[in-house]
Amino acid sequence: MAKELLKGNIAIAEAALRAGVDAYFGYPITPQTELLEHMSRRMPELGRVFLQAESEIAAINMVYGAACTGAWAMTSSSGPGISLMQEGLSYIALSDVPAVVVDIMRGGPGLGNIQPSQADYNQLTRGGGHGDYRCIVLAPATVQEAIDLTVLAFDLADKYRTVAILAGDGLIGQMMEPAQLPPMRERSRTRPPWALTGARGRPPNSIAAFGLEAETLEAMNWRLQAKLQRIRQTEVRCETWLVDDAEILVVAFGSVGRIAKTAVREARAHGIRVGLIRPITLWPFPYKPIEQAAAHARAVLVVEMNTGQMVDDVRMAVCGQAPVYFHGRPGGSVPVPEEILERIVELSKED
Amino acid sequence: MDEQIAVVNVQEQLVYARPRALTEETTNYCPGCTHGLINKLIAEVIDELGIQENTISVSPVGCSVFFYRYLVLDGVVAPHGRAPAVAIGIKRMLPDRVVITYQGDGDMAAIGMSEVVWAAMRGENITAFFVNNANYGMTGGQMAPTTLAGQVTTTTPEGRDVETMGMPTRMAELIAGLPGSAYVARCSTYDARTIRDARNAIRLALRAQMAEAGFTMVEFLSACPTNWGLSPQGALQWIKDTMVAYYPLGEIKVSEAVQRLKTKR
Repeated sequence: MAKELLKGNIAIAEAALRAGVDAYFGYPITPQTELLEHMSRRMPELGRVFLQAESEIAAINMVYGAACTGAWAMTSSSGPGISLMQEGLSYIALSDVPAVVVDIMRGGPGLGNIQPSQADYNQLTRGGGHGDYRCIVLAPATVQEAIDLTVLAFDLADKYRTVAILAGDGLIGQMMEPAQLPPMRERSRTRPPWALTGARGRPPNSIAAFGLEAETLEAMNWRLQAKLQRIRQTEVRCETWLVDDAEILVVAFGSVGRIAKTAVREARAHGIRVGLIRPITLWPFPYKPIEQAAAHARAVLVVEMNTGQMVDDVRMAVCGQAPVYFHGRPGGSVPVPEEILERIVELSKED
Repeated sequence: MDEQIAVVNVQEQLVYARPRALTEETTNYCPGCTHGLINKLIAEVIDELGIQENTISVSPVGCSVFFYRYLVLDGVVAPHGRAPAVAIGIKRMLPDRVVITYQGDGDMAAIGMSEVVWAAMRGENITAFFVNNANYGMTGGQMAPTTLAGQVTTTTPEGRDVETMGMPTRMAELIAGLPGSAYVARCSTYDARTIRDARNAIRLALRAQMAEAGFTMVEFLSACPTNWGLSPQGALQWIKDTMVAYYPLGEIKVSEAVQRLKTKR
């Protein structure tokens, strides 16, 4: 299939369709609304379920219900809407059902603005709702990667029966660039044995993020943790670029990872030995690759479109092997390569 | 004196049994609470309609959460107030299944008002069973939207002041006023007649859902003797004497399609 010029939000929607989403429930919010609009046309065309919910709270609970039937269900939103979904995500996490959520991050806190941001990092990677759980979080840096990671999100959600979140930002959602969509997948899935379909010829199935007795709920929690541990061990993904001889290690994700790459390229042209690690899975976080790269680095620079959230994870990974510096722009401002280059040059001059 | 022993052949005949759709487990409900009776009536109708293997239940938070355990059905526990949204997710994927919610008054009329109103607005083919016991039972008897004027609860120690808290919410009338609702009834279970009427309302609501008539709801005025501080008998009497005066029993809305079902039997 040839490349075509695609807007990020529409590319994500179309990738979800082709990956095999059965049901979409959503609510308008900038900068992700084109995703909802695209689904409103395409899902009925394909004979699948589309419903514009009355709120993000309703949308995530509709996703929960649809997922309980063994269907592949998704929703999409941006920061304020993602905040409203947290209770539902907590239920889904302990219920062992698959769901895909897209967060096209905007400036916060509060109403914030509709400009690009990465300020939902903590909310997305720490679980976000109440209780001990994590969601798989995937951060694309290009429209092409947004397509690829959308497909991966469904596969991981299905494989682990968990929530997978595509964490884009306003840049990814609104930008148009050439990208290639995957072919439409054959959809011949059978309903899994745990699904709620009516207890025909079998004992009833229950799905409940609820355990009245302490021992019951503790056992449920340990089962969930064992699953999350398997994900930590097998699903870490990151891009490492020019890190083998790097004295300065730059860590940035999503759009900023891409902007930082330009700065790193520039710095290399100046003869500075600098490399980049771009986490693709924000959870599970690539602690090991960063720890290893930091072992021979003099300094680590973290760049984010927020006031410093992923930097905490990087500090844990580096674990004191090198000083960790931060450069961030909150509130919808996007860092440019020049300002990152300036920080790299500064660090290269320090002993 | 010789004792005369009469030998009588007794042919045992089972005239009444536990519904298949009802658990054999002992319930967690308090003595005199009518949740158990409402559970049993719903189970009886599910048996009667032969839809046990075709029905999926959604139980949200509160005393109603146990419904998923006590009804022998596929079931899910929904977040507080969100049962209609979860039910819609299920129903949209499996339109030929019967999907029911079982919600309390705090759950539906306070935190879940938006979800139930929109389910009714869109005429979603689900059935909501709404248990109105005029307080939050599970948390120990706080004021609910349905708490009567002047009723004492743990958060209205001087009685509900309607000047500051508004009048009690009549959910059945509110839902009946929405275009997508097809059948809305208010029932109780304080005597044989009201129990019979409740069973009939449950049956009609489920038949209406199976006929894709739209949103259906059955409200039950239910006893909560523990939190009301009354005996089981006193609690039933309070429903009859006090609750019914504000919450009239009967069919509040019967759409034309449901009316046709009714005459068809």
